[in-house]
Amino acid sequence: MFAPAPTLPVSDADPFALDVLQDPLQFQAALRDAGPVVYLRRYDVFALSRYEQVHAALTDWQSFQSAAGVGLSNFRYETPWRPPSILLEADPPHHDAPRAVLSKILGPRALQKLRASWVLDADVLVDQLLSNTTEFDAVTALTAAFPLRVFPDAVGIPDAGRENLLPYGDHAFNAFGPANSLVEKGAPRVAELSGWVNEQCAREVLTGDGFGAQIWAAADRGDITHEQAPLVVRSLLTAGVDTTVNGLAAVLYAFARYPEQWARLRENRTLARTAFDEAVRWESPVQTFFRTATRDTEIGGTVIPDGKKILMFLGAANRDPRRWENPDVFDLGRNPSGHVGYGMGIHQCVGQHVARLESEALLTALASRVESLEIAGPVRRHLNNTLRSWESVPVRVQLS
Amino acid sequence: MSQNPVSSGTPADAALRVDAKVVVAEGVVALTLRHPTGRRLPDWAPGAHIDLVLPNGLTRQYSLCGDRWDAHSYRVGVLREPSGRGGSAYVHDELAVGDLVGVGGPRNNFPLVPSQKYLFVAGGIGITPLLPMIRQAELIGADWRLVYGGRTRTSMAFREELAAYGDRVVFLPRDERGLPDLPAYLAEATDAKVYVCGPGALLAAVEKCCADWAVGRLRTERFVPKDRGAPLRNEPFEVELARSGLAVTVNPGATVLDAVQAAGVNVLSSCRGGTCGTCETTVLAGAPDHRDSVLDDDERSAGDCMLICVSRSCSDRLVLDL
Ligand code: FES
Repeated sequence: MFAPAPTLPVSDADPFALDVLQDPLQFQAALRDAGPVVYLRRYDVFALSRYEQVHAALTDWQSFQSAAGVGLSNFRYETPWRPPSILLEADPPHHDAPRAVLSKILGPRALQKLRASWVLDADVLVDQLLSNTTEFDAVTALTAAFPLRVFPDAVGIPDAGRENLLPYGDHAFNAFGPANSLVEKGAPRVAELSGWVNEQCAREVLTGDGFGAQIWAAADRGDITHEQAPLVVRSLLTAGVDTTVNGLAAVLYAFARYPEQWARLRENRTLARTAFDEAVRWESPVQTFFRTATRDTEIGGTVIPDGKKILMFLGAANRDPRRWENPDVFDLGRNPSGHVGYGMGIHQCVGQHVARLESEALLTALASRVESLEIAGPVRRHLNNTLRSWESVPVRVQLS
Repeated sequence: MSQNPVSSGTPADAALRVDAKVVVAEGVVALTLRHPTGRRLPDWAPGAHIDLVLPNGLTRQYSLCGDRWDAHSYRVGVLREPSGRGGSAYVHDELAVGDLVGVGGPRNNFPLVPSQKYLFVAGGIGITPLLPMIRQAELIGADWRLVYGGRTRTSMAFREELAAYGDRVVFLPRDERGLPDLPAYLAEATDAKVYVCGPGALLAAVEKCCADWAVGRLRTERFVPKDRGAPLRNEPFEVELARSGLAVTVNPGATVLDAVQAAGVNVLSSCRGGTCGTCETTVLAGAPDHRDSVLDDDERSAGDCMLICVSRSCSDRLVLDL
């Protein structure tokens, strides 16, 4: 058993306890204040919650690897629940080629081709909704509906079974945490959902022009292998839906909580881009990721022993008052650049430009029709070991 | 001529210090570069190159040939090019340990793709991008071979490092062994991905043998002993922000992103190192001086966008869609 140095703060708290997941802010503040590194005895991991150390650990892939798993499970000693991701759970050199292929396919220039149709899709969705009602659940009506409308088409998977995407993602993100009740809840459907997702990654199933087909084309050029291609598609399907659904929910929730910011956006539509990243900073849809020390590595004055896991609190870093002024406020006047909501370094979210484009389309469609919005009922969180998520965000809007 | 990179158009932030300069073969020096504050350098993968912005205003591209697991230093090998316009001569004759040089990139047009088997073919200084590839091929346990040709044995850089790999490496100094029998080596390399770097004649000879190969099996990088076109600006330049109706001056020590920000226009950025693509900005007029790792050659020459956290201007004025 590891014996922490006497100067190292130790905590017996459980960051994955349901009440903490329900409202993690207090816990995270206490963790930040306890020190740059805190030993979490329950899981035998080292927690980083200040911006400086989280940023440093995210970028230092040489010292903190991903291939031993970015969840609590240590692949050096345990078998992962599914074949590891060749992006998220890989280190250089294996990580290089799949990453390069996907960065190109999901790069801002490549996405320009989708812009017009996504803007149109957002307009149609918002028009349909607002012609029926001015009071609705933002999650089901918009933030889940919109990504599910555009993203699977962009990847090129068939219509049948798309309802599996959210539960599959939900489980995958739960599985980064400990084997608690949230993981248990997902367990009965794992085989079925994984089977369905894996089937969608096959070349014959995918349309000829989507991200999926482009991944297979990269395999034909030899940029990745044909064995890697379906796993790269799987990464898109795992990481591309729940994250954007929650990112969009974060930004709409933020506007409903801060009506004056909505007015600001309506005055200056170019703020849509900043708004999304500020919401990602503020709510951090992806709250945590783990890494594993590849050697004894000093960080924040503590030596992390080789093979031990660190737990990086992206959400806590994004609200660290040492880095951000009034961090708990959602403010379009702030420049959220440099937040770690998408991670940082070689594993930084490769789909960030996709998420930004989805948000820009949706916010722009809403901004031209909605004068103001407010919370219209109890907001319910959806608990997940990794994601800051919502079950329901009831809103009432005033049309312009 | 100024030795101070800040006054020679190099953003202070991207200037690296020459930490070591070692003769590694006849006419070849290896430079080790570090950040003056010792901080991490941008990540790279085998095949990547950086732009070296020399204190005499010339920019040249060099393949990174060091260790990517060392995040704090870059190594490049520089051949003295008698026909060049002074970039390599400057490195050989003037550049000294302790000098600061501007750096753009890294960028990678020659990435190592996955394979169980590789054949590497190097001509002269073309060995540089292949060195880190070889290390990785070894690391993943791939079956690989290097055919390394050069003028004379003493002109061939990094021989000692390579000798450690034993008979996986074939040294072919021309004065002792003549020209390599390329068709024979290539014919032997069934199922291998073939990486070739060297002078045009070598590439042409290899390409002739591989004309009917499947796409993507042969990967080449031409070693071009040419200094890059446009001379870099030593002076400040103007940036006009079309949508905001503002104009700002970008001084040599500041980035375009800094200057725009200082004018009160918020532009979203993330990595601030030219790698993530977040700060991509549309260019309406003017000629950007690209220093990022994101855009490929076609996108660069289109000149209609730039990554303003690192890229600068070749023209007096840039007009951005901000
Ligand atoms: S901020 Fe990442 S490329 Fe400029």
